[in-house]
Amino acid sequence: METLIFVIFAALAVGSGVVVVVHRSPIYATLSLVLTLFSMAVLFVLLGAPFVGAVQILVYAGAIVVLFLFVIMLLNVQQEEGAHARRSAQLVAAILGAIVFLGMFWLAFRQTTLRAPGPLTEELVSLKGLASALFTDYLLPFEIVGLLLLVAVIGATVAARRPGAETNAPQDDYVAEDPSSGPVLPREVRS
Amino acid sequence: MLGLLWLIPILPFAGAAVNGLLGKWFPKWLVTFVALAAPGASLLIALGCLWEFSQGTALTYEQALYMWTAGDLNIPVAFLLDHLSAVMLFIVTFVGFLIHVYSAGYMGHEEGYRRYFAYLNLFMSAMLMLVLGNNYLVMFVGWEGVGLCSYLLIGFYYDQAFPPYAGKKAFIVNRIGDFAFLVGMFALFAHFGSLTYKEVFAKIAADPGAVTGAPYALGLPLASFIALCFFVGAMGKSAQIPLYVWLPDAMAGPTPVSALIHAATMVTAGVYMVVRSNVIYQLAPGVSLFVAIIGAATAIFAASIGIAQTDIKKVLAYSTVSQLGYMFLAAGLGAYSAALFHVMTHAFFKALLFLGSGSVIHAMSGDQDMDHMGGLKKYMPSTRWTYLIGAAAIAGVPLLSGFFSKDEILHSAAASGHWLIWLVGLITAGLTAFYMFRSYFLTFEGEFRGTHEQEHHLHESPASMTVPLWILAVGAVFAGYVGVPKVLSLGRDLNWFHNWLEPVIAVPRGMEAGEHNVGTGLELLLIAITTLIALAGIYVAWTNYGDNKGLARGQHWAARLPVLHRLLLNKWYVDELYDWVIVRPLAATARFFWKVVDTFIIDGAINAGAFLTELTGDVGRFSTTGNVRNYALYFFLGVLVLFYWIAFR
Amino acid sequence: MSVPISWYLLLSAVLFAIGAIGALTRRNGISIFLSIELMLNAANLTLVAYARQWNQHTGQIIVFFVMAVAAAEAAVGLALFIAVFRQRRTIDVNRMNLLQG
Repeated sequence: METLIFVIFAALAVGSGVVVVVHRSPIYATLSLVLTLFSMAVLFVLLGAPFVGAVQILVYAGAIVVLFLFVIMLLNVQQEEGAHARRSAQLVAAILGAIVFLGMFWLAFRQTTLRAPGPLTEELVSLKGLASALFTDYLLPFEIVGLLLLVAVIGATVAARRPGAETNAPQDDYVAEDPSSGPVLPREVRS
Repeated sequence: MLGLLWLIPILPFAGAAVNGLLGKWFPKWLVTFVALAAPGASLLIALGCLWEFSQGTALTYEQALYMWTAGDLNIPVAFLLDHLSAVMLFIVTFVGFLIHVYSAGYMGHEEGYRRYFAYLNLFMSAMLMLVLGNNYLVMFVGWEGVGLCSYLLIGFYYDQAFPPYAGKKAFIVNRIGDFAFLVGMFALFAHFGSLTYKEVFAKIAADPGAVTGAPYALGLPLASFIALCFFVGAMGKSAQIPLYVWLPDAMAGPTPVSALIHAATMVTAGVYMVVRSNVIYQLAPGVSLFVAIIGAATAIFAASIGIAQTDIKKVLAYSTVSQLGYMFLAAGLGAYSAALFHVMTHAFFKALLFLGSGSVIHAMSGDQDMDHMGGLKKYMPSTRWTYLIGAAAIAGVPLLSGFFSKDEILHSAAASGHWLIWLVGLITAGLTAFYMFRSYFLTFEGEFRGTHEQEHHLHESPASMTVPLWILAVGAVFAGYVGVPKVLSLGRDLNWFHNWLEPVIAVPRGMEAGEHNVGTGLELLLIAITTLIALAGIYVAWTNYGDNKGLARGQHWAARLPVLHRLLLNKWYVDELYDWVIVRPLAATARFFWKVVDTFIIDGAINAGAFLTELTGDVGRFSTTGNVRNYALYFFLGVLVLFYWIAFR
Repeated sequence: MSVPISWYLLLSAVLFAIGAIGALTRRNGISIFLSIELMLNAANLTLVAYARQWNQHTGQIIVFFVMAVAAAEAAVGLALFIAVFRQRRTIDVNRMNLLQG
């Protein structure tokens, strides 16, 4: 039963992952990523980490992917002419990917010493154990990550701020001529 | 009053600082006031100190200000007043103050009035430090300070072509001497561990054998080596052969500067140093004789050049070189008090002559050529009389100051048995009398030979210039009476000057015997010969240049002796010789290092490095396509390598 | 019977390789981001698999951190894309070549 679930969702993850990479339209690619993330969440549950799976769905599929979709809508990115790199580049990337894969593959199966995992324990699955580890042993990294998120929020706000919003930007078209006033938007984008 | 000794060098320094830094905002009368008050106050304090010193019984008075420490090296910055520095202190402050007063009149209309006085005050300060220092290093600080001021003042008219060149020449030639002086100090310090006069001389006196025995350097014993180094230093500063070439060119500076620095005080610093180091020179008879020979050669050589010059300041400049030669002649023969005596009398009459010539040049609107002068006695009587007194004094006319000092030098030459040196000195005395009166006759007697415009402009100088002239003239007449020789004072010991210096000067070994060698009759005979020679020189000058003859007779002689005339007129071609032997090879070497070593080898190496870098960049830039994905690829490759390294090592 | 951990690792390797190839070949900036998310998830899978294997929470906790970092990265990265797009009207990384030397 467990094996069946694994095979189904592993296949789903790989298949939708391939779609993410090859589809020309960013919208479809993003939606496909949602499918991958769902499959992964199932596998997490299968591995005795239901809370991680839940977070995966809530945060990843819920928040982050929605952010992606927002940006795609906002920028109105069309599928572009030649969304992929040249053939030679694709070849190089494929070879590199193969090298990565072979290395990991070899690592995974070299470890024949890995004994079969024991039955799931209450300790591993329970939220209590996870929470107590997170808020005791890993408290400092946890706080640091919180700070990181704060910084990211500020950074994102600054980076995405409409330039020259407080000043009267010159009415030049397209490229900034005056370095002091920062990048200047083309007129149609600003409106 | 002695407690204020330290103020004497500091006050002119303060004057220089105030005028130099703040004078821009001063009205002119305040600049003048500061510039004159500083050396004036120094003079008053110096006179007070000298009075108190002469009344006391102490042989020296020392005042330590500060200990200059660098590691094991401890140099006291201290001032010393003894019988030797007292004489120099008097000369420097007295003559210096008079020349400051004179300058106020002479430089009144010049640009850079403030700058001039700042330099002049600074010079006074440095010169007083040189004289008052109680060790060789403080002396050297002053020595370098006066060299700097000399350079600044020679190049005072920096907007003209020649003065800056002359300033550089003076500075560079002086550096050669300074280098030797430094080496001498190093040797002194290495051996005695001290540079203080008192300690060094005491250690030498305690064990003279140690410094005269085994060869130390250049095959010379220590005493001789140090003496030689010091003398080379003195050569530079006091313009002796072969380093005299800068002094005639130094006349490019303002005339009062020539009077103060290049005649009366700074150039005598070398003599002062040799006299100060007399303990060392006593133990170096060979070097002493060398000093005397160089002095004698310089004396006659410079005098011969002075004969043919027509520039009034050039005549006086060569005369100065010649008289300095006289002083070294005396110092080399062990007659240190005679040398210093001549320093003093020379300071009076040579300053007088220079200031007189300055007065003439002032009246001639800057023209220095005696060919254009003549008959000036009608227009400027004070200048004429004082110049005449000065010329008579330097010529050795009896009962004027130069007579006594020159006689004492020639007497010491005769007494030491060096008759050849005596003869050279005698001939020089005759030449001196001749060219000095030649300049007098050409300038003041006869009819005016310049343009109408110049004649119209002729006038006597203001009181601020003539009063110092008269004061110096009085000095030039009477300064000699502090050192009247025994034979002329009816057996009484009236040679105060000699007695005054006795505590500072080690008893000359040859001299006590020498004084007995020359009997009274012979000494009188020598004096008579000297006097006759001087008068003969004046007579020849009168027959050739008196009575409005102008340069006609001179040209007649020049036509009859063309080779000699050309040699003398062109100063024996020494400048040209130096140019060919030293300057041009140096310049060629420098050009070699510039064109070949620097431009080709050093720059080439650097350019090759730059070229390689550029080449590397040109190749490497193909990797920086600017395409972000390429960078991602490199990054990914790096991660891959790391991964494999971690996984499979 | 339970699935061997090696299978999970193998799946993770496959997903990582797919993500890597995508990140290297796509020209659209957002697609590259998606590929990176894929690679991050592959890594997460490994971490959770080992947590299961060794019966430890550590792996799961690191997954949280990875998610937080991914969120931060997505926020900042997307903001940058917005800024870039305003300036150049494109997010084609081939045209982001101002770094060219």
